Amino acid sequence: MANPLQLRAEVLANRSEGAYHRLVLRAPGVPERVRPGHFATLAVGGESSALLLRRAFSIHRADPVEGTVELVLAAHGAGTRELVASPVGAELDLIAPLGTPFPLPDGPVSALLVGDGYGSAPLFALGAELLRRGGQVGFILGAATADRLYGVDQARALTPDVLVLTEDGSLGLTGRVTDPLAQAVEAIDATVVHAGGPMPTLAGVSAIAAELGIRVHTSVEAEMACGVGICMSCVLPVVGEDGRSRFVRSCTDGPVFDGARVRWADLGTVPADLEGAAAMGVHG
Amino acid sequence: MSGDARMVGDAPVIAAEDVDLSAPLGPLTLPNPLSTASGCAGYGRELARFVPLDQLGTVTTKTIMPYPRSGEAAPRMAETPSGMLNAIGLQGSGIEAFVRQELPWLAERGARVLVSIAGERLEEFTETAERLNGQPGVVGIEVNISGPNVADRGLVFACNPATSYDVVRAVRAVADPQLPVYAKLTPDVTSITEIAAACVHAGADGLSMINTALGLAIDLDTLRPALAAGAGGLSGPALRPIAVRCVYQVHAAMLAGRIPQVPILGMGGIRNGRDALEFTLAGAAGVAVGTALFQDPAAPLRILAELRELLAARGLAKYTDAVGLAHRADSQRTS
Ligand SMILES: Cc1cc2nc3c(=O)[nH]c(=O)nc-3n(C[C@H](O)[C@H](O)[C@H](O)COP(=O)(O)OP(=O)(O)OC[C@H]3O[C@@H](n4cnc5c(N)ncnc54)[C@H](O)[C@@H]3O)c2cc1C
Ligand SMILES: Cc1cc2nc3c(=O)[nH]c(=O)nc-3n(C[C@H](O)[C@H](O)[C@H](O)COP(=O)(O)O)c2cc1C
Ligand code: FES
Repeated sequence: MANPLQLRAEVLANRSEGAYHRLVLRAPGVPERVRPGHFATLAVGGESSALLLRRAFSIHRADPVEGTVELVLAAHGAGTRELVASPVGAELDLIAPLGTPFPLPDGPVSALLVGDGYGSAPLFALGAELLRRGGQVGFILGAATADRLYGVDQARALTPDVLVLTEDGSLGLTGRVTDPLAQAVEAIDATVVHAGGPMPTLAGVSAIAAELGIRVHTSVEAEMACGVGICMSCVLPVVGEDGRSRFVRSCTDGPVFDGARVRWADLGTVPADLEGAAAMGVHG
Repeated sequence: MSGDARMVGDAPVIAAEDVDLSAPLGPLTLPNPLSTASGCAGYGRELARFVPLDQLGTVTTKTIMPYPRSGEAAPRMAETPSGMLNAIGLQGSGIEAFVRQELPWLAERGARVLVSIAGERLEEFTETAERLNGQPGVVGIEVNISGPNVADRGLVFACNPATSYDVVRAVRAVADPQLPVYAKLTPDVTSITEIAAACVHAGADGLSMINTALGLAIDLDTLRPALAAGAGGLSGPALRPIAVRCVYQVHAAMLAGRIPQVPILGMGGIRNGRDALEFTLAGAAGVAVGTALFQDPAAPLRILAELRELLAARGLAKYTDAVGLAHRADSQRTS
């Protein structure tokens, strides 16, 4: 669990990039704490806002020299629509870094980084870190349409091994990120996959990694009310070290989970073998 | 009033730092009236990254049952205008794990812990309450009677004066006499004063008011209820007028002698000092912050500072002087 700071972060830049907005925020003290995979939350509106819950975003970049963090925002509902409209100079209530980041290897590894839509946002800092440790990386970036791809140029700046796909074929290959996954793993001899994107994509990536017998770390997006571990709204059924399944909080135990431990098929249910399921009247 | 007290017009104005915020909780005097609301601060560990727990009046834990409980399927929450719905389903590892792993940690940090307990049967309440006797850090028990009674067709304990009475009486009988027992009431009843009276007659040392109100939201994409559980509890500012009404009604009944007078811990949508003062004027002798912690986990100390200012600006030197002030020359009918 990271030790987060809560502060008023000034918007230094707000640039639109395809379907997204990249916000650069002045957040002194935060960048040095950030590891790839951490997330941040922003409050919406002021103290009397009718939108009570904070919105969660992966941390895209953190720059300790500039004292900044960068987030990539998609306008989705009322809260994100308001946030993407933040003018330069505005102050946003930020809490960061939060969550458990991607695990990093001690030595060099070959890793495949898979991003679906803005789910790729945390993968470039991760890629840079893996390269710094002497490893190699490849990217598969996909989205429904070309404007929803994020970070293709950033990926290409890190490695020539970048595969791009869109579902409508408007850029790169036509299809989904899972389609070329097995071949890409083989091509770069990857021993680990790191993935970000919607739950069905992460479930698909995890299933393929399991078939290939390689590790997979997924950054999940569960709905969060607090983001800091006090409300229990963000849980997923996850298999623990002891082999028992429990509902665990994706804001503190995640958002990055070992994809082999998440019970993807059981999302949205209380599986009968979950610890404490009997007390809910759920029996096997 | 302190030496640098001034008069503005007819109202005496005192310095905020001179306001005495101390508040009673059973035999204890708390340094201030502010608590966390059950289920909105976990067991304290994560909140401690934002608020030193010993600076709160009390920390109310998430409701604890005798055994592990998985809670409901996700999605468990939905945002609504100025509020949210939740159906967490009392997820927890049970009283043993709490006493072994969480309580010592809280006690070490000097937190004064109000432990929220529940059960589906009477014995589950008493088993949990008994396990708390003699434990470090515990300053009181909050009995969450807002859950369903499996023995009685799943009817919610707190919707019935008789079952509310039975639970509170049973818990009071087994709990350490030094530990005040608070009963937590639901607003989803016809007459909250009737339930409050039953709890106080059963020996409740205080009342926590209120729990969430049952609500439902429908997701227009899936065309299904937004929460996996269907209905959920409404909390946040949207709930506040209902909560203030409940506190006001019950305090009025106490003033009228229809219910013996016990302290009320008021909650429901408190997000600033103004809201805390509103509850206090309605009759709360302490206030708890729940959903506002999700927006701002550092809210409790800000709320206390604001409350201090507001009391000072009204010439109220002591927090306890403000309790129930809205009832002066009360002529309105509220029940
Ligand atoms: C760990 C994490 C990382 C994320 N990273 C990014 C990112 O880098 N870029 C980005 O654009 N978005 C990201 N999201 C999703 C983003 O949080 C939601 O799009 C946003 O909360 C939606 O808010 P809204 O007001 O637009 O939608 P509304 O539908 O009005 O929101 C209502 C409630 O539902 C929650 N909610 C709605 N959609 C989602 C969702 N997809 N995931 C989680 N909660 C949701 C909101 O937080 C809010 O509490 C991330 C989510 C999580 C949990
Ligand atoms: C996510 C969540 C979980 C809650 N869990 C509990 C609980 O376990 N026990 C309980 O007595 N009340 C529980 N409550 C109710 C709160 O303690 C409080 O009574 C209610 O939310 C009103 O206060 P608020 O508007 O400040 O949140 C919960 C509320 C929320 C929002
Ligand atoms: S979002 Fe509140 S516990 Fe995870």
